[in-house]
Amino acid sequence: MQDKIIQKAKELLSGGAVQVVIGYGQGTGDRVRAIFIQKPEDAGRLIMDGRCVQNLAGYLMKHEVRALGRAAIVARMPVLRSIAQLMYEEQFKDSDVAVIGISDANELVDLPDLNALKEYVRANPLKLTPEEQAEVDRLDAMTREERWAFWMEETSKCIKCYACRASCPMCYCARCTVEVNQPQWISVPSHDLGNLEWHIMRAMHLAGRCVNCGECTRACPVGIPLRLLNQRIIADIADNFGEEEDYALAAFKPDDKEDFIR
Amino acid sequence: MTDKKTIKKSSLDDLFKKMMADGKRVLAPVRKGETVLFQEVDGYSAVAADYVQTTLSAKEALLPRCEEMMRFTTAQSTVSLEEGPAKPSPVVVFGVRPCDARSIAVVNAVYLKDYNDALYKEKSDSTTIIAVSCAKSDEYCFCTSVGGSPGSTEGSDILLTLIDGDTYLAEILTDKGKAVVSIAPALFAAAGSEVKEKHLADVPVQFDLGALEKKLPGAFDGAVWITQSLRCIGCGTCSYVCPACTCFDIQDETDGTRGMRFRCWDSCGFGQFTLHTSGHNPREVQSQRWRQRIMHKFSYQPDQLQVVGCVGCGRCSRACPVDMNILQHIKDIVEAR
Repeated sequence: MQDKIIQKAKELLSGGAVQVVIGYGQGTGDRVRAIFIQKPEDAGRLIMDGRCVQNLAGYLMKHEVRALGRAAIVARMPVLRSIAQLMYEEQFKDSDVAVIGISDANELVDLPDLNALKEYVRANPLKLTPEEQAEVDRLDAMTREERWAFWMEETSKCIKCYACRASCPMCYCARCTVEVNQPQWISVPSHDLGNLEWHIMRAMHLAGRCVNCGECTRACPVGIPLRLLNQRIIADIADNFGEEEDYALAAFKPDDKEDFIR
Repeated sequence: MTDKKTIKKSSLDDLFKKMMADGKRVLAPVRKGETVLFQEVDGYSAVAADYVQTTLSAKEALLPRCEEMMRFTTAQSTVSLEEGPAKPSPVVVFGVRPCDARSIAVVNAVYLKDYNDALYKEKSDSTTIIAVSCAKSDEYCFCTSVGGSPGSTEGSDILLTLIDGDTYLAEILTDKGKAVVSIAPALFAAAGSEVKEKHLADVPVQFDLGALEKKLPGAFDGAVWITQSLRCIGCGTCSYVCPACTCFDIQDETDGTRGMRFRCWDSCGFGQFTLHTSGHNPREVQSQRWRQRIMHKFSYQPDQLQVVGCVGCGRCSRACPVDMNILQHIKDIVEAR
């Protein structure tokens, strides 16, 4: 698998199709990290194994990465989903990026363009795993008071470093709501109310957009299980809109049968 | 001459109880899931065992993540100030690592040197640091490269070093340290000829700090900042876990005519950190913010405050979601031709 990715990266770089390949390489100790390969002869540094889970899609919108030229990205399913969502939100165009897709079965997927990517994502709708669903159910089974206590305890650890936001490809707002202060929508200080408001606001803004990559939870330096908030919403959307529904809660339809929104 | 005593590990719970009976809040590292955080404890049994470094530093005892500065009430054309927050009760922070204790000098240089910050001073005066030497280190630690050591006494009021399974060597370093001993003199015994050095972690020196400080002023326009920070995502984790980062933001929160003013941690990693009202941002992109982080700690602070803004605790590298390893980046800068 890793060899195939390296081969593909070499081809893309030496043929001039892309100027940079965003993938995973050796990090500190046994960590892997994002690397940015610009020469075919460096492609051998690319790694693909079970540690390569960081959602790299956010780098496609980063100034310094864009300045390197057209990019190819090593993309597992959550990255593919992110790209599909970002295209839907018109964050980049088909010509901006090439994809080295990897299926959940760990096979290289041939995605010649981003339309093919969209079709591939559509054919593989987002579903919680049984383990993830069990965790959502465990929280659901709590009383309201228990659930409140659970989240107050978890969010009390928050230091407002915004690693959840920075690590999330869907958090690309040029000016995040928390930074809008005329008027102030949500409380900025990292006290109990500020922390709670922040995480609820963020979860709601990701409703129907979150691809369940888990990056927010991995990035959190104090170990808040943030993905549980998003997974609960994913489960709600599946229950209320069906798994096939595109971008539920993230799109407006002029012919919506509810009239409160008009 | 430092006063050296010993104290049994099994006496620490008694010591905690005596300090609490004396009106002190005791903060100590507590394990919470995969993190180890300083929290108020009611006995020694709550203290985490066997960790290299706490997830967040003890800085929060002196510089909270968000701190009430004052309360106010507005009327038509006047603002009146209300009584501020109550004076903090005295705190003992137990289990601080020597690197963190050294970081207090950096925070002091910012908050007490040119300007005497009253809120900070109050806490600083009423806080006692009982540090514990490092018997273990990991690949992220580099205290010895920035002037520290796993047994450094700088910044501590008492430094404990475990010299056998149940005995700590206690170096009583300041008047605040003596005050702790005087609360429970019976728990301490006179020390013999014990030396702490052979009980300390081996943390090799990894780079020449002087060479780094010489190199940085000429490196401002280099491409290295872009190369190093390509993977940086611009969160504030490195600053917030850092014991020596001191930048803050002021936030007012109002409810009708009443309001509160808070001082909150801020980070040079954020795009908004230097955003001017005009819309101009002198640090428009992440590579410029990364440069600022390194320059501030290893060039500007040594120049202006005569302290190095980094104590080599390694937290930023451990916590970074994208594996920005500060030690590796510094070594690359020092070794670059």
